[in-house]
Amino acid sequence: MNFDFSDDQKSLKDQARKFLSEKAGAKVTRGVLDNAAVSFDETLWRSVAEMGWLGAAIPEEHGGLGLGRLELCVLAEELGRAAAPIPFSSTVYLFAEALMLAGSDAQKAAHLPKVAAGDTIGCFATSEGPGLATPSSIETTFSGGVLNGVKIPVTDGDCAHYAVVTAKEGAGVSLVLVDLTQAGVTRTTLKTLDPTRGHAKLEFKNAKAERLGAAGQGWELAEAVLDRAAVLIAFEQVGGSQACMEMALDYAKSRYAFSRPIGSFQAIKHKLADMYVAIEVARSNAYYGAWALSTEAAELPFAAAASRVAASDAYYLCSKENIQTHGGMGFTWEVDCHLFFRRAKLLAVQAGAPAVWKEKLVKRLEQKNAA
Amino acid sequence: MDFNDTPEEAKFRAEARAFLEANCKPKQAENDRMSRSLKPEEYMKAAKVYQKKKAEAGFAGITWAKEQGGRGLPPIYSVIFNQEEAKFDAPSGVFSIGLGMCVPTVIAFASDEIKNRYVAKSLQGEEIWCQLFSEPGAGSDVAASKTKAVRDGDDWIVNGQKVWTTGAHFSDFGIVLARTNPDVEKHKGLTMFIVDMKAPGVEVRPIHQMSGGRDFNEVYFTDVRIKDSHRLGETGMGWNVALVTLMNERLAVGGSYGPDYKEIFEFARGINSPTSDGPLIKNEAFRQKLADWIVRAEGYKLTKFRTMTALSKGQMPGPENAIGKVINANQMMDIGNTAIEAQDHYGIINDPELAALEGAFHQSYMFAPGLRIAGGTDEILKNIIAERVLGLPQDQRADKGIAFKDLPTGR
Ligand SMILES: Cc1cc2nc3c(=O)[nH]c(=O)nc-3n(C[C@H](O)[C@H](O)[C@H](O)COP(=O)(O)OP(=O)(O)OC[C@H]3O[C@@H](n4cnc5c(N)ncnc54)[C@H](O)[C@@H]3O)c2cc1C
Repeated sequence: MNFDFSDDQKSLKDQARKFLSEKAGAKVTRGVLDNAAVSFDETLWRSVAEMGWLGAAIPEEHGGLGLGRLELCVLAEELGRAAAPIPFSSTVYLFAEALMLAGSDAQKAAHLPKVAAGDTIGCFATSEGPGLATPSSIETTFSGGVLNGVKIPVTDGDCAHYAVVTAKEGAGVSLVLVDLTQAGVTRTTLKTLDPTRGHAKLEFKNAKAERLGAAGQGWELAEAVLDRAAVLIAFEQVGGSQACMEMALDYAKSRYAFSRPIGSFQAIKHKLADMYVAIEVARSNAYYGAWALSTEAAELPFAAAASRVAASDAYYLCSKENIQTHGGMGFTWEVDCHLFFRRAKLLAVQAGAPAVWKEKLVKRLEQKNAA
Repeated sequence: MDFNDTPEEAKFRAEARAFLEANCKPKQAENDRMSRSLKPEEYMKAAKVYQKKKAEAGFAGITWAKEQGGRGLPPIYSVIFNQEEAKFDAPSGVFSIGLGMCVPTVIAFASDEIKNRYVAKSLQGEEIWCQLFSEPGAGSDVAASKTKAVRDGDDWIVNGQKVWTTGAHFSDFGIVLARTNPDVEKHKGLTMFIVDMKAPGVEVRPIHQMSGGRDFNEVYFTDVRIKDSHRLGETGMGWNVALVTLMNERLAVGGSYGPDYKEIFEFARGINSPTSDGPLIKNEAFRQKLADWIVRAEGYKLTKFRTMTALSKGQMPGPENAIGKVINANQMMDIGNTAIEAQDHYGIINDPELAALEGAFHQSYMFAPGLRIAGGTDEILKNIIAERVLGLPQDQRADKGIAFKDLPTGR
């Protein structure tokens, strides 16, 4: 047993951190936050594409680097740490994973190389309104090669070229691939809690679309895509949590009150210790998820749910207590705490809210015990 | 990253499994514990017999050096053995303070002669140890110990009182922290000794715990003689010796002692929800809590695997291990509390014949408060994480530069 990343993977992580500390970070994230007209940072997106990150886990035959999911996990943690304002998670963890999981050879050949090159931005559209989506609550329909319905909100839906969508097909649900640049698609940009990532409402009126995978298999496939994305997003969340803790630590050491660094007060120390504990719990669960993802282990559904629950909780705790540690400064627009507080919530709900994953986790425990 | 056994690990696992099958009964239920069916003396006897077999088969001191009778294997092999042992109803716990904390300290600080005298016997379960650190006025602040040791020729003469000493009533030896110089700062005037618990002048008085048990004791020392050869480390360096023990303590303790999420999950499948129709397991609020427990229990287990991986690569166990206790003691309380409340009024009954899991949820509810205190309180462990892992400034100290004898004391 070896429960750690390899030296090569660690050095990839170091390179990623170095690169992102120069080319990304709060200034770049704020650039997107402060400019309502842009939904992501193009320069950063291009550089990330040039380094091959978008295709890290895409096989070489489809233009990727053919590294593994573990490498992608390492990159995800660093992107999360930087709160990078690019449609990486939608394109790589959701769209590309959906294609790799369910796409035909022709679909893979058509789309994966463009994803790897940074020319196609993808998104994954499931939500149609508040509350839990279920197979029976889906109103979007796919029949005769055309798609009709509304998806809202869709993360990165305002900039994506393609979407993978859950839709009713006859009595079942199918996964459907749709070109968003065609006339049958209307996009409306949405205001959201985290404006450092673009969001849209997508309306399909007889939009041309094609199925991804078998008819009626869409719900199971979507769940499988979400399990994969859950692990990868958990790494982003761990990275973000870690960034919050480090910000809080720095501040706690340098800010003085009552002639002492505030970090010498136990109320602050214990806050930071709680953050540390939450991060370690999340990190360990995420590592297990990473292993399950990279080996396609039967434990993946359970490990993915555990990763997601732990990471969502850790990020919420760390991002809110980072603000509290910063006092009044923490509540200002100028200090970066809120970038993480926003991102924490987006990541917590983007691929299913924590409560949904808690329910999945228990269901999966029941299944394990029934078997 | 790989969760599967290497060929050597698989071989070791099979060996362990064969040993366990030959010497223990497999657990029928997650909560099987022979400690509940046996009287304490019988349990102790069974534990000693089992420990001896374990030592003879090479499954005691798996990570200890060969010179110490161990097997010199990386820590991951202990994990493998523990994983397998957990599937059996083996008598455990009796030796954990000795083998987890005291004897490693002896190995680190004693002469060869002393090591030869004590280590092998302990490993074989013939001799049991206790840790005599805490005093009525010195628990969290253990460096404030007052128990006095005065040099007399080749001996030291010890006087004073220790308290909350787990297992002192059945221990053969202990490691005791004593004040040898009250005229210097408190951390500088301490010395550590091995003490014979059966020596004249050692008196052990059991303490009745709030949980009903009698696991710990007061220990009084009246003119107890200890040979200078039984000193651990230099005179005045007892604090450094204690730190080694405490570091090992955090590796040794921290596991879950009572029903975990698996037991409450089983329980919830068989009992009506107090607030809605159908079994508790269908109750949404319960399911959400259960998920939290799963994630923390698994997270802690996996964090330990990460620690083991780091140790296998030659890194030292750090204060990071403090997180185990912070997670588990509180979780144990929470699970016990939920199981009791879920039964509505009936939950109050803790007669093993009538109560869920033979009263195990009550036991853990009543023992969890002690677990939040023993081996360092939650507050102290959070201080350790904040200061030693995260590098925050040390607490402001009122005792800097003041001789021990001049320090202010309260109750
Ligand atoms: C079940 C059990 C078994 C034990 N077994 C042993 C044993 O085998 N050998 C042994 O030597 N001891 C043993 N102990 C003693 C144990 O180590 C002490 O009880 C513990 O360290 C706390 O010390 P105290 O009881 O003096 O509490 P105190 O130190 O008086 O603490 C009281 C409260 O004040 C808080 N507090 C104290 N200092 C600080 C601080 N700096 N910052 C914030 N809060 C603080 C504590 O967290 C606690 O909440 C055992 C205790 C228990 C409950």
